[in-house]
Amino acid sequence: MGHVRHLYVHIPFCAHRCGYCDFVTVTGHEDRHAAYVDAVLRELQGRGEVLGEVETVYLGGGTPSRLGADLLGRLLDALPQASLETTVECNPEGVDEALAAALGARGVRVSLGAQTFAQPLLDTLERETTPTQVRTAVALLRAAHVPSLSLDLIYGIPGERESDLGRDLATLEELAPDHVSAYELEAKPGTRFAVHHGARLEEQAELLERHMDLVIDSLAYSGYDWYEIASFARAPEHQGRHNRAYWEGRDYLGLGVGAVGTVEGLRRVNGPKLAAYLEDPLTAPAATEEITERTRQEERLMLGLRLADGVAIDEIEPVLDRRALERLVGLELARVEDGRIRLARRGRMLLHDCVAELIHDEPA
Amino acid sequence: MRVDQDLIRNFSIVAHIDHGKSTLADRILEISGAVSKRDMQDQLLDSMDIERERGITIKAQAVRVPWERNGVTYQLNLIDTPGHVDFTYEVSRSLAACEGAVLVVDASQGIEAQTVANAHLAIDNGLEIVPVINKVDLPAAYPDEVAKETADFLGDDPNHVVRISAKSGLNVNEVLDAVVDRIPAPAGDPSAPSRALVFDSVYDQYRGVIAYIRVVDGVLKKGATLQSMATGQTHVIEEVGVMGPQMTPVTSLGAGEVGYVITGVKDVAEIKVGDTFTDAAKPAEVALEGYIDVKPMVFAGLFPSDGEQYEDLRDALAKLRLNDASLMYEPESSQALGFGFRCGFLGLLHMDVVRERLEREWDLDLIATTPNVLYDVLTTAGDTVEVRNPSDMPPATIIEHVEEPYVRATVIVPKEFVGPIMSLCQEERRGDFEKMDYLSETRVAIIYALPLAEIVLDFYDQLKSRTKGYASFDYEMIGYRESNLSKVDILLNGETVDALSIIVHRDKAYAAGKALVDRLRKIIPRQFFDVPVQAAIGSRIIARETIKAKRKDVLAKCYGGDISRKRKLLEKQKKGKKNRMKYVGAVEVPQEAFLSVLSLDDNDA
Repeated sequence: MGHVRHLYVHIPFCAHRCGYCDFVTVTGHEDRHAAYVDAVLRELQGRGEVLGEVETVYLGGGTPSRLGADLLGRLLDALPQASLETTVECNPEGVDEALAAALGARGVRVSLGAQTFAQPLLDTLERETTPTQVRTAVALLRAAHVPSLSLDLIYGIPGERESDLGRDLATLEELAPDHVSAYELEAKPGTRFAVHHGARLEEQAELLERHMDLVIDSLAYSGYDWYEIASFARAPEHQGRHNRAYWEGRDYLGLGVGAVGTVEGLRRVNGPKLAAYLEDPLTAPAATEEITERTRQEERLMLGLRLADGVAIDEIEPVLDRRALERLVGLELARVEDGRIRLARRGRMLLHDCVAELIHDEPA
Repeated sequence: MRVDQDLIRNFSIVAHIDHGKSTLADRILEISGAVSKRDMQDQLLDSMDIERERGITIKAQAVRVPWERNGVTYQLNLIDTPGHVDFTYEVSRSLAACEGAVLVVDASQGIEAQTVANAHLAIDNGLEIVPVINKVDLPAAYPDEVAKETADFLGDDPNHVVRISAKSGLNVNEVLDAVVDRIPAPAGDPSAPSRALVFDSVYDQYRGVIAYIRVVDGVLKKGATLQSMATGQTHVIEEVGVMGPQMTPVTSLGAGEVGYVITGVKDVAEIKVGDTFTDAAKPAEVALEGYIDVKPMVFAGLFPSDGEQYEDLRDALAKLRLNDASLMYEPESSQALGFGFRCGFLGLLHMDVVRERLEREWDLDLIATTPNVLYDVLTTAGDTVEVRNPSDMPPATIIEHVEEPYVRATVIVPKEFVGPIMSLCQEERRGDFEKMDYLSETRVAIIYALPLAEIVLDFYDQLKSRTKGYASFDYEMIGYRESNLSKVDILLNGETVDALSIIVHRDKAYAAGKALVDRLRKIIPRQFFDVPVQAAIGSRIIARETIKAKRKDVLAKCYGGDISRKRKLLEKQKKGKKNRMKYVGAVEVPQEAFLSVLSLDDNDA
């Protein structure tokens, strides 16, 4: 029995690849879904010995809901049962009564990719969802008594006005999910989206600061706690526990094509090729990266400061630039309380700059 | 056995840059047989790489070559002169060691500013001029016109102008014949108490300082005791010799001869160019004329970009100083740039050469602050204070007046560019017009008195761009004049930044302050907070800009699969920053901000 308590499973299938997405996805291949589930389970068998008592399981994608109720049920039943939280990402258009029932019956938390409720913006994002489908999906999942429901919201979509965001936030309040992931659209270099919309995104960069303020204030007013840079929870028990594991620097095992896992100082990234994975998931190509103690601490700082609770100084002492910390505290961007560094609101807005500032230069 | 004094000819070659001085020198060494063709290393006299690349000669040397004329063998001493304006004094001393000069003019270019300046120096030293036009074999040459222009300029007969190609060797023998025929033999008194002019010195790591001398009167013998008439110091002569071009020891050097002496002195600063050496046993009463203790005129701070290199920089400067008595340096510390040195140079080119050698030969990465000139400040208490650094300027309340160095600048341009030159010199650079001469129907020489400070900042670039590259330019120091100058300080976030202070004429202070503040706003990245950038004269703010606080980062999600990518972005962000930034109070300032004052005029225009 190993020590790893968190398991991620990547389901790459999508109906369509959205232009802004840089995850490993495949379109089509409906006939391979069952074989894929089998392959994941074979990989689990081969590499699962590192797992201890599993606390969280997360099925992300791609679009896990594309597997359909039966196959998804089979996969969930065959995976180790999580003691705290099992989450499945779903696209609204993929949620039907059967899927909702399969998830509800297994006590699965659902993360639903709503993104926006404005049809023109959904079109810009190349999402194949309508606002009505989002409402329907929420209703179906509630009726099936899923224990916790999270909605994803993207802002900063090219062409999005402040009033569009305001309407999205009002709709969100009305739908009252237990958890919201709200993040700025990131046109990662090289994606189709960055090529098409790069200039437009550049133009509205100033506007985004106001967008973020609006999101934070509005969700706070509706009773959500901003517990992580891009995450809001209606109550502590609705925080994403699996994602918290990443931010707290815990080990996690990743299964499936393109999946990433970090176990005992070694980060493994499975190759992106479906065919090779289906043939033999245990010998399919994978990249590894050694996470040195210094790197681990840098990541602890980078990830820990995303959280409202911040990071314990003890854990990152060797990489911490004390003078930089004093400067940030002096500028009221950070606070030190109970031996932890926490970023103030403005500091969280400048997260990357603050982290870059706080990391001590590599000794020569 | 020494040759008869009547058979000695001491001469220099003077020319504008690239007109072929070094090539002619090479050819002379070759055809006289002083150096075999096989051993001929092109441009032998230019021994340093940087000099060769820039086509300039910094250190003068003297070579003895034999030349036969009408069955008699003459001893010619070719004294090489530094080819640049910053070394005017050294040039003048080299010329003082000669009786004549070969003036080389490019047959495709005609007379240029340096030709005029050098010719004047030679004439002022009473030298006989042998005019030569070079590159007559080039397709673009117009030898007749250039010969006429040159002869008119010298008040000579165009038929006296020797037409050569130094490259092919065409007619170079005629140059040497003319040197023998037209340049007088040295006139010193061989039996008088000895007097020798020091016209250059170099440092050799095994031999110590080698002084190049021209014996005017009497004899200098090995083993005798030398006395410096400038400092009174005495040294025993360990060796005397001549360059042929290899160092060749001789027992003595007599009146009229040129050679070197070695005394065991280790510091070039002890052997001063322009000094007179005499025999301590029988000293001369009067020193040779023209000795000046040359002072650096242009100052700049040199700082290692990496503070760790401070010791290396100090060692490198010490080594450079071994061979360059005119380089001055003293430790300086700046709140913004850390520890470095305030260095004094003879001029801009000297500064460039020093900086380039430090970076190239010692592999140092340097930040040079905006250069400034040496100001003389008279205080209300009646004292004179030399200000080498704008931040050392005394408070305005105790200043009686300030004097700054002026130069006489010669600009030669085709006549259609007279307008642009006048507007540059007069309207923008505080120049006083002195005169304008037509060199030919199409070309004019314009003479201005200009503050040295006005040419320190990109004057030459402006000159070139406004005349499509046709202008040639040279200057000489003409002393200090009173000026109405102000110190403009820059405040970042309310704190004065010493390294950014400048001294400018009061009429330009507002424009300069505004331009500087504007540039800094563009160069300094956004900080965690708003940063006011102000320019001030004393306590009066004359310009202000604000660097807005940083915008928020991209607040995207970050889950298990994003961590490595985010961390790499972070590392990149961090690396781009900490290496090139300096803290001024709480403000992070990129190093280039300290250089920005240099191109002030870009924004002024």
